[in-house]
Amino acid sequence: MSNDDTDHELRVSKIRNGTVIDHVHGGQALNVLAILGIDGTEGEEVSVGMNVPSDRLARKDIVKVEGRELSQEEVDVLSLIAPDATINIVRDYSVEAKHRVERPDAVEGVLSCPNSNCITTEDEPVISRFDVLDDAVRCAYCGTIVRDDIAAHIDT
Amino acid sequence: MRHDHLITSKQLSREDIEAVLDRAAEIDADPAAVAQRHAGTLLGLLFFEPSTRTKMSFETAMKRLGGDIVDMGSVESSSVKKGESLADTVRVIDGYTDALVLRHPREGAAKMASEFVDVPLLNAGDGAGHHPTQTLLDLYTIRENAGLDDLTIGIMGDLKYGRTVHSLAYALTNFDTQQHFISPESLQLPREVVYDLHLEGTTVREHETLDEILPSLDVLYVTRIQRERFPDENEYQQIAGQYQIDAATLEAASDDLTVMHPLPRVDEIAADVDETTHAAYFEQAHNGVPVRMALLDLLLGGETDE
Repeated sequence: MSNDDTDHELRVSKIRNGTVIDHVHGGQALNVLAILGIDGTEGEEVSVGMNVPSDRLARKDIVKVEGRELSQEEVDVLSLIAPDATINIVRDYSVEAKHRVERPDAVEGVLSCPNSNCITTEDEPVISRFDVLDDAVRCAYCGTIVRDDIAAHIDT
Repeated sequence: MRHDHLITSKQLSREDIEAVLDRAAEIDADPAAVAQRHAGTLLGLLFFEPSTRTKMSFETAMKRLGGDIVDMGSVESSSVKKGESLADTVRVIDGYTDALVLRHPREGAAKMASEFVDVPLLNAGDGAGHHPTQTLLDLYTIRENAGLDDLTIGIMGDLKYGRTVHSLAYALTNFDTQQHFISPESLQLPREVVYDLHLEGTTVREHETLDEILPSLDVLYVTRIQRERFPDENEYQQIAGQYQIDAATLEAASDDLTVMHPLPRVDEIAADVDETTHAAYFEQAHNGVPVRMALLDLLLGGETDE
């Protein structure tokens, strides 16, 4: 490992091929994995750094997923919980593409409706769908608006 | 009007609403003219919650258009009792009928069900969500009695869980109306409804008592405050009592005030109001038939074969 590696890179090893999700607000890394549906059961190699010092954010989290390139559509859902995240696609240890997350019009299958009387919380063959508003998300079925702590509603 | 389904009054434009109300007025004036118009048409009724007026008026409407109905019956006597999902139930009945009417205790049920069927689906109430066909007959009644523009309306009672309230408030944003909302603090409009009304540029005027606003109203729309919304009987009696009206209450109102109620009422409108010129709630209930006839006629393609 080269001498100019920063402290956090020592803790979170480099990946050869895959995706690095950087500039995640401190403490949100596990939510990032949850919202992406990555829980390790499919054998993915995942490294997580939490609350590491950052220039842009006082403390940031960083998530590295080996062997999987996340598409723009897959990462846009992160805008709900990690709006400042940057996505680096890595091939053979070098960054091939770098992009920001963009707010999608709607997200499907990632959040569960907090309204316990919503039809989507019943045992029905329906995927949850939330329309993304400027500062909130809204259940496309019952209309419930979720403004605070969206991460608490991630469908795990 | 050409919508595949009627899920919420939010999807209705002013033109859509006026098309239904105009057709209802034509049918009301000459019901015999449409007596065989939809002969052979079958309407499926799926009521997962009790209903008298809505269900019977849909049944009457379909039969007065020459068609017939098939009824799932009560939940207790159906395969729902065996644990069948709503999606499966509607997919099956979809194949039997030309249109479906659904009432269900959960919010979003009609929206979800509509994604599994090919025939038009009409939402006859989804939990505390929407009840757009009630809204159309409410609007018909308001238009007949007070007109829909330059209107000041007070909507009183359980505004939080009252689906007729939510649907009516959305629909009125299409017209030049001032809306006042009268309720105890604990039963004010949900923030989702307020959000939508604000999006439409409607000012939400909330009041805790009727007195301050009653004299300026053209229409007072009363809804029932249900006992089960309160933790104890005393609190219910004390609060609900403040939102009951009788003939004496209405002495402070304009002579032209129209009093409406989606029914059933319990004690929120005293029987002595029935005899006043203000009472329009029985007329309102009767309007359910011509309005639902008009709606079915338009949804089933009635505009093409005359």
